[in-house]
Order: sequence, then C-alpha cells, then structure tokens
Amino acid sequence: MLKYLSAVTLAVAVATPALAFEPKRPVEFVVTSGPGGGTDTFARTIQSIITKHELMDASIVVTNKGGGSGAEGFVYAAGYKGDPHKLTFGTNNEYLLPSVAAVPYKAEDLTPVAAMALDEFLIWVNGKSDFDDAASFVKAAKEKPGAIQFGGSQSKDTDQILVSSLAEAVGAEFRYIPFKSGGEATTQLAGGHIDANVNNPNENRGQWQAGMVKPLCVFRPDRFPQSDPVHDGKGWHDIPTCKEAGIALENYRMPRTVWLAAGVEEDVIAFYRDVLKKVTETPEWQEYLTKTSLTGQFMVGEEFQSYIEKDKASVSKVLEREGWLIR
Amino acid sequence: MENFGHLLDGFATVISGYHLAIMVVGVMLGILVGVLPGLGAPNGVSLLLPLTFAMDPISAIILLSCMYWGALFGGSTTSILFNIPGEPSSVATTFDGYPMARSGQATRALTLAFMSAGIGAIAGVIMITLLSGWVARFALQFSSPEFFAVYFLAFASFIGMGANAPAKTLVSMMLGFALATVGMDTISGGLRLTFGVPDLIKGVSFLVAVMGLFGIGELLLTTEEGLRFEGIKARIRPLDVLRTMAEIPRHAIAIGRSILIGIWMGITPAGPTAASFMAYGMTRRFARNPEMFGKGDPRGIVSPETADHSAGTSALLPMLALGVPGSATAAVMMGGLMIWGLTPGPMLFIDRPDFVWGLIASMYLGNVVAVLLVLSTVPLYAAILRVPFAIIGPIIVAVIFSGAYQIANSTFDMWLVLIFGVVGYVFKKLEYPIAPLVLAMVLGDKAEDAFRQSMLMSNGSLTIFWSNSLVASIMGLGILMLGWPLIGKVMGFRNLIRRGRQNPSNAS
Repeated sequence: MLKYLSAVTLAVAVATPALAFEPKRPVEFVVTSGPGGGTDTFARTIQSIITKHELMDASIVVTNKGGGSGAEGFVYAAGYKGDPHKLTFGTNNEYLLPSVAAVPYKAEDLTPVAAMALDEFLIWVNGKSDFDDAASFVKAAKEKPGAIQFGGSQSKDTDQILVSSLAEAVGAEFRYIPFKSGGEATTQLAGGHIDANVNNPNENRGQWQAGMVKPLCVFRPDRFPQSDPVHDGKGWHDIPTCKEAGIALENYRMPRTVWLAAGVEEDVIAFYRDVLKKVTETPEWQEYLTKTSLTGQFMVGEEFQSYIEKDKASVSKVLEREGWLIR
Repeated sequence: MENFGHLLDGFATVISGYHLAIMVVGVMLGILVGVLPGLGAPNGVSLLLPLTFAMDPISAIILLSCMYWGALFGGSTTSILFNIPGEPSSVATTFDGYPMARSGQATRALTLAFMSAGIGAIAGVIMITLLSGWVARFALQFSSPEFFAVYFLAFASFIGMGANAPAKTLVSMMLGFALATVGMDTISGGLRLTFGVPDLIKGVSFLVAVMGLFGIGELLLTTEEGLRFEGIKARIRPLDVLRTMAEIPRHAIAIGRSILIGIWMGITPAGPTAASFMAYGMTRRFARNPEMFGKGDPRGIVSPETADHSAGTSALLPMLALGVPGSATAAVMMGGLMIWGLTPGPMLFIDRPDFVWGLIASMYLGNVVAVLLVLSTVPLYAAILRVPFAIIGPIIVAVIFSGAYQIANSTFDMWLVLIFGVVGYVFKKLEYPIAPLVLAMVLGDKAEDAFRQSMLMSNGSLTIFWSNSLVASIMGLGILMLGWPLIGKVMGFRNLIRRGRQNPSNAS
C-alpha cells in the first residue's frame, strides 16, 4: 500500500512542472501537546480536512510530543533543519517557552508558517458563586489580597501570565495554582476547590452547559459573535468583554500556530501556506471554529511576524516583572 | 430504574451485525496493541482516530472503546509470559503471574488473569449503569489534598512488601522518586535533572523503565542461568482453562476488595495503575500467609487484574459525566468526541442519551466478546513458552527495543532501556526490590504535584490534609496501613504477655 502510494505521489510529482515544491514523502504533523489537548484537536482537524478534500497528495502522520509543556516537540522539530516534511503545531508557546525555561532550542530554530485562529480567554467562576459580574469579582479580590485562588494549566505559561497581568491591571493580588491541564482546572472549579480560572471557551463549554461554572467576562476587544444559547438562555455573545466590565486589560488571546524547521526553502513555506489557506476555506474548518469558539484569523508572512513581535514584547513585560525570565 | 430503561435502549442500538463486527475488530486490534509493549492503548487509540472521522459517533466510540478493552487484556499476556508489562497498569500482574507461568502453569495464570479482568470490567460497567449520577458528584469532591491522600494510601498499602531489607526498599523507592522528577516541573515550570540533554525534557518514560528493569533484566538472568524457560516442560491442556475457571470463586474476597479499590480509583480518577498496585498491596496485607506472594500466588494475579479492569472501565464515567478523562486513553477518546461533534461534559447524558447508553451497552458486550476471544487463545499464548529460548529470546529483545522506540519515536529511549536492563539485573543480583521503584515512578510526580498544590492552597499548612472528613479519613486509612506491621507486632507482643500471665509455668 505504502509503496503504491509513494509511487503515485512520485508520478504526480514528475507530471507537474518542476518549479513548485510538493512533499514526496509522508508529512509528519508534530503536535506539541498530549493526545486530546487543544493543539492535538487543532492538528487532527487539519489532518482530517486535508485528507477529505485531498489538498495534498502525500499522506500525513500525526505524532504527539507534548512533554515539557510542548518543548519536546519543538526541540524535535528544530533538530530537522531544512526538512520540508515536518510540520509543527503549537500556540504562542513556541516563542514563550525559551524565555521562561532552559529549553534546548531557540525561537528562531523554527520558521513561522501561519497562525490560523485565535483562542480566547475568559474569567470563569463556579456556577453557584455569588459573583455575577467581573466588577464585583475584582472588588472582592481587592478587599482581600491573595485570598482569591486562580487555577490554571501549567506554570509561567499563558494562564499564569494572564492572571499576573490581570492582577497588575486591577491592582489586586491573586494566588495561582498550577495544574497539569486546563481540564483539571475546570474540574477543580466545578468542584468549588478554587475560586476562578481563565480557561479557553472550549475547555469549559461542557461545564457551562450544565451550569457548573459561569463566565464573567472575556479578554477580547469586542463581544463573541451571535450564537445559540449555551446555558440558561445565555450564549457566548451575552458575555461582556472585560473592558466593558471596567478591567484595563482589553485583549489577551492565544494564536494557534503552524511551523516548519529553520532553513527550509521559500517555496516549501509557500506550499504549506497555500494548503493551510485552502483548509480555512472549507465548511469543516468553519464548523471547527464555531464548535470550539475560536476566532478565525489567518496570518502569514509579515503580518504573522509582526504579531509574534508584538505578543513577545507584551508578554516579556510580565515575565520581567515577575522575575521569570531566564538568562 | 430509569437507567435500566435507557440501558435497554442502548442495547437495541448496539446489537446489530455491523456493531458486533466492529467490536470484534476493535478487541482484536486492542489485544495486538496491548501485547506489543510500548504501543499501548493511548497510542493505539490515537492511531485509529483518523479512521473514525467518517463514522457515526456511536460506531466510532464502540471501535475505540473495544480497542481499549482489548489492550487492557493484551497487556496482561506479556506480563505473565515474559515478565514484560505491555501496559503500565499490568506491572503488578508480573509479580505473581510470571513466577506462576515459569513454574509450568502458564495456562492457569493466563486464565486467572483474563477471568478476573472480565469480572472487574463487568463490575465497573454495572456500577456505571446504577450509580452514574451519584458517582459523578462524588468525583467532584476530589481536590489536590484528597489526591495526595489517595497516593499516600497507595504508597502506604504497598510499603513493607516482600522479605527485602527495609533500607533496600527505601533506596529503590527514592530512586523511583528521583526518576519521576526528571523533565518539566508542573508547579515551577522549570526543567529538573535534565543535565542539558534534550531527550530528557519529556522525562523518563515509565514504560521504558519497566521494559528495561523487568524485560531485559529478566533476559539477562535467564541467559546466565542457561538459556531456557522452565515453562517448556509443562504440557498444555485446553481443559486447564475450564478447571481454572472453577477455581475463581475461591478468590471471591480478594476479587470483591479489588473491585471496590478499582472502581474507587477509576472514578476519582487516580487511574488503573494506582488501582492495580493498591489492590495487590491490600490483598497481600490481609492475606493469612503473605509469604506465598511473589512466588506465583493466584491471589497475586486476580487482585491487580480485577482492580486494573474495574478502574479502566470506571474511568470512562468521569469522562462521560464530567468531561474529565480518568486515564490517558479516555483523554484521547474525549478528543475524538469533539471531532465527532459531541461536547464531552455533564450535558452529554441529557443531550445524547442514545450515544451514552449505546456506549455503556457496548461496554457490556465488548467485554464479554473480549473475554471469550482471549480465553479461547490462552492455549495458543501458553504454547509460546514452549518455543526454544534461542528463538523467543531474540524476538523479545526486538519487541522490547521497537516498543521503547515507539513510545516517543526516540532512539535515546532505546539506550535508556538497555541501561535500565543492566540496573534491573544488578538489582536482582543484590536483592533490591524493583516494585517500589516502579510505584514511585508512576505515582511520584502526581503525588508531588498534589502535595505542592495543596501547600499553595493552604499557604503551607499541613492541616489541609485534615480539613474535611473525606481527606481526613483517607489520610487516616493511609497512616493505619503504614503502621499496620508495627501495630501487628505490638498486638502480638501483648498476646504473648497475656499468655505468659495466664500460664506462669511457661514463663520460667
């Protein structure tokens, strides 16, 4: 079967005029999270769309390398310098990790291909909590410094950086308790063991449906688009933005990103850019975005590069203040 | 009784030629995946996931969950035959399963394992059927202090195992704790004990350690002893399968206790591995003749197997009812649910009862199918031991090394397996126990995370472990378990004194 497949791809490759790059071997999708994580669903959805719409002739192999908060996958990919058959999936952890931990790769060891969507962050509290809006939550936090416990996924990662930024923005003090995953932080919140978390919509949707947790506000410049109600007649659009709620932290999002190893040719980047662009034009991709409450935003080249620079700069300020930067 | 009606609907959905065929395929693939060490259920399920994109959710979940059952069964096979656990949760099965197989009773060992595993699994499904609502709420009460208490109990019920010197047990356990800390630390976000080696970032895989310590270590010993398995001499009679099945009721108490442990650990969710270790430790602790354990005691096989499977099955309940995966495999399946367009979480029971109860019905049928399949192949597996060592030995080595590579597609892990093999050999020669090392490696980092999270929650006060009745009772049970040998000694001493008083003539 494999021989037959590669023979076919070879034939196709020979038949097409030899200017553009086309993968001739199976392409490995390196996922920088464990099976079942957000990045895993992201990569596997793209895999299923590419396969279904035959956007690429070469076959796809997905491997999970989520050890060390994803560092395992990035180090692995960085080791294949110039290899056009390794596509790496991640978030902003690609350029965040090297700043906070002594991981053996540099952000420059990978070439950005595209950012395909932005994941949102919200403040969630227990469904039975007395807090009904972000303002009363912030007020309570200010009255008792350090009493409110935020749970989140991992340490010195997006969740803790957001909690730190929030504390700075409103002038309060929170306690942060790191868990292995956003899922654990959800259960702990639903069980009333922590006071709040800043999970992505998809991590808390099921629990919100059941009324076990409720959202207070979302860190995006404008509200979510209109959608079906989720719980108690309220939908994503009904959640106020944190800016509306008087929190001076308007925008905090996490890009879902795709990378190649450093040193690949320009036509290789162009090939995957086009394939991914076609992925975003399918109905299945739209369905994935709606289902996971992601905001579709396709960024490549200069635009993506400047997004990375801006994101890095704003995060670095937090890392600097907390003393998390490593030298 | 409402649940019962739903269950019948579920059976109506599931019983069709197509679904039964999917079940058989899933179970067989699962056994294959389970038998090959390193591949494991989570990897096997993620390999199958792309195939299910085009299927309807019910057929897809039947395929994946049946593969999970198959893998759980397959994992015990290699534990018993070659001392190589195919799954982390079947490590405890090696302690008595392998000695029994070596003494020429491979058929009995395998049958005991499969039967008790089947019983455990069915018990888990029955619990899900009857108690789904109540149990889901119970699981929510678990936070970091409770988790730490559970891990503490697991350690406590296992400590003092074997006749080894306590100091050697301690050394072995501490080594396991050290290995568990390698890699990224959840609480501080920093790297520990990686020494700048990129391959160590992901940590030392527990499976790599187990395959080296048990598998390679055992092969080295066998080579030294003259290149043969003692099991070869044994004759294999299919009738032995039936005879062993008749033996099962004698172990009813051990099985019952292990079911409770398994269900509890599956729900909380501390996982099947912790459950199997704890069940083994408990059965040994309460046995009247604990010195038989480790030499092929049947209770040492049925206990971990029952607990492993009842925990593996119950672990699906938190996934369905809360959206919290109870095991690595459940996490992969949850990813699958999202791709198929379902939202895992509390509303799944209400929004898609056909899916949930279809799955539960398939768990009954799938496990029955799995038990029948594996039992019918017992003589076949047992016959493997009759193959001369010169042939089977190299095959095992090849399987171990390919397995080590497959865990993370890393050649570094193959070197690690070799190193662990030598360590395992030295351990056995110097009579250091391996089990405490393995237990500390599996639960060490989880226990550490839970402890440090608790300390963050309580601002460094240890009273958090007594802060509510749940955590206090688990902690109390743990301390009781830890002190049991001491208490036993004191009681024995007092009995002696009393006897001495009643019968003064003996004293002189």
